[in-house]
Amino acid sequence: MAVKSARETELYHQLTRALEKYKGKSGVLIAALQEAQQIFGYLPRQVMIHVANELTIPLAEVYSVVSFYSLFSTVPVGLHRLEVCMGTACYVRGAEKLLQGLQDKLGLKPGEVSADGRFSIATTRCTGACGAAPVIKVGDELYGGMNEEGLDRLIKELKQ
Amino acid sequence: MTTLLEELEQERIRPETEHRLLLCGGIPCTSLGCKKVKEALEEELQAQGAAGEVPLEVVGCIGDCSMGPAVIVYPEGIIYQKLKPEDARTIVREHIVNGRVVESLLHRDPQSKEILRRREQLPFYRGQTRLVLRNCGVISPHIDEYLKYRGYAALARALAELTPEQVIEEVKISGLRGRGGGGFPTGRKWEMMRASPGDEKFIICNADEGDPGAFMDRNILEGDPHSVIEGMIIAGYATGARQGYIYVRAEYPIAVRRSQEAIAQAREKKFLGENILEKGFSFNIEIRIGAGAFVCGEETALISSIHGTRGDPNPRPPFPAQKGLWGKPTLINNVETLANIPLIVLHGGSRFAELGLEGASGTKVFALAGKINHTGLVEVPLGTPLRTIIFDIGGGIPGNKKFKAAQTGGPSGGCLGPEHLDLPVDYQSLQEAGSMIGSGGLIIMDEDTCMVDIARFYMDFIQDESCGKCTPCRIGTKRMLEILEKITAGKGEEKDLETLQQLALLLKNGSLCGLGRSAPNPVLSTLHRFREEYLAHIRDHTCPAGVCRSLTRLRIIEDKCRSCGICARICPAAAISGARGKPYVIDPEKCSDCLRCLEECPFDAISRGGERVAAPMD
Repeated sequence: MAVKSARETELYHQLTRALEKYKGKSGVLIAALQEAQQIFGYLPRQVMIHVANELTIPLAEVYSVVSFYSLFSTVPVGLHRLEVCMGTACYVRGAEKLLQGLQDKLGLKPGEVSADGRFSIATTRCTGACGAAPVIKVGDELYGGMNEEGLDRLIKELKQ
Repeated sequence: MTTLLEELEQERIRPETEHRLLLCGGIPCTSLGCKKVKEALEEELQAQGAAGEVPLEVVGCIGDCSMGPAVIVYPEGIIYQKLKPEDARTIVREHIVNGRVVESLLHRDPQSKEILRRREQLPFYRGQTRLVLRNCGVISPHIDEYLKYRGYAALARALAELTPEQVIEEVKISGLRGRGGGGFPTGRKWEMMRASPGDEKFIICNADEGDPGAFMDRNILEGDPHSVIEGMIIAGYATGARQGYIYVRAEYPIAVRRSQEAIAQAREKKFLGENILEKGFSFNIEIRIGAGAFVCGEETALISSIHGTRGDPNPRPPFPAQKGLWGKPTLINNVETLANIPLIVLHGGSRFAELGLEGASGTKVFALAGKINHTGLVEVPLGTPLRTIIFDIGGGIPGNKKFKAAQTGGPSGGCLGPEHLDLPVDYQSLQEAGSMIGSGGLIIMDEDTCMVDIARFYMDFIQDESCGKCTPCRIGTKRMLEILEKITAGKGEEKDLETLQQLALLLKNGSLCGLGRSAPNPVLSTLHRFREEYLAHIRDHTCPAGVCRSLTRLRIIEDKCRSCGICARICPAAAISGARGKPYVIDPEKCSDCLRCLEECPFDAISRGGERVAAPMD
């Protein structure tokens, strides 16, 4: 195992403290993993092992849950994660073209992170903002009525 | 005799003379820039010295998302739509300070040119019967507001005047059926749950609205969370449960937050907790947040997910009412179903049953979206014709395009065509037409939508979301998707259609849960209704709607081309050539199909689709 940096060590301490409240309880794995992902941004293998050890749950079970739910990521994500909504309303209003435009503009494919670590692209399931389709989600913020110009504005805004 | 709706309107009228601003805080409005409008309103109120006196409340979705951001000014109830920050300042200066309605910002009916001032006058709202959405966009989601509109009065009535059996009887009389997709009679479900032996029982509110294109549960939880909580407490009282869970998807952060706040407020006012209203009944609610899995809307999978494991479904029986959460009897109702409960208990099941049809009483909220002028939530009595919803309320199809299909029920449903426009929308009629109401997603498609591509889109979604537990669904969806991809790529054969039908039958009969059993529906309904379009892809190697990229190519329409040369200059593949005075041409060999010319042409002289192209080579 690679030596942890000081920052990493701090994050693991934070995780250990966060997991304290879940110990000995049933039905808590998803919530525990959601919190772990919030701390680390994603769930690398080492974090899954840490959760498994702390909660005395087999690693296989932890992995089975992580790999099942689409909101868990085992690969790093950018500081700004731009998610194109792929719900039906967004799809019929041109979400695919939006995704392509985003890829061209950022030079990234879904699942990749830009060299400076600032951007990554993904698709997301319906965000329920169908009235403003097509929609892009960045963190908890939604941007509706998206088009080519909107993308340019959004990227410029995020780069600042 | 007054109708239930009129009765509700009466309750709603409260003496008010002071100005008050309601700003739509629904998700689409937020995503269309309602924050900047809010800032402008606040700044201007401050500048005019009215900041403390005129309340500005951010409410849940007002309704018509295509007209957002929107603001309603009380006491007159004037609605201003599609606001920009400078408009917001004008409203404060003119309307609030000088008392002059800003006519130039009011909605003007496109046909009659008549100016419509109040929300109820707008065609989008005029045609609706907003019972479940009675509070959405009208009051802020805070409990104090809810209480002003007889909030928790139904709970008080149930605890003080009715036995649990009588509550169930009222729900049975109302004829309410599940609004989440199954359509099972709610009263009977409650009765089974009450009869199920056990000292510990649970209520789950299913807010895992995974159907892409449905957003009513989100808006109800964001705009009127207390109606759902009140419904849950009453359900607990009627069925003998003391603990409830709201299982809400993580994609809805605001719904999660509003539900959490609402639970805390209800607890503080003692509507939740021990000995509610001192009638000896105790009930608590906790929130469980999903992690992104469509199958978790299925009740046995949802229970697995609350257990903290993979959301795998389980065979039924045993039904959750017998053996559900932690092995105990569990009642699972959808958000919209529960939001109906306070109305039924307060006004009586028979009043509720007056609305809608025999066997399908009450209203249904539809999430209208796609190629339609007015998008948003539409609540109408069950049995309302599709035409009323799409054309009278939704304002028809944008850009004078032709209506092609209405997709209902999401990935489990099907498509209705123009021949169904006069169909009364209810559980049975849609099923007979090869679709279903489902959770109420209603996506409108026009002539530019390819139905084969839509079938592929849904199969792609379902294949991705299949949990993998049972073989028919795990492998069947994959095989069906491969065939659909083959057809949309122009490599389909006629025998593929037969294989699709066979696989569909296999999935319907062999899958473990509803996800797999209903997965072939979008394919079957498009195959049935739009078979010609499948055949055009297979026989003629063309996509009539111009969507499937392998089957379309860009071309310049000679009559429209003015030889301006813009397309040739911007083409990154140098595929366009021409000279002044003559129409330009695109060299298909060089064209990379980037569509830049299509977007930039000032004369709309470039099109794709409809054109027969040679079969792609393997």
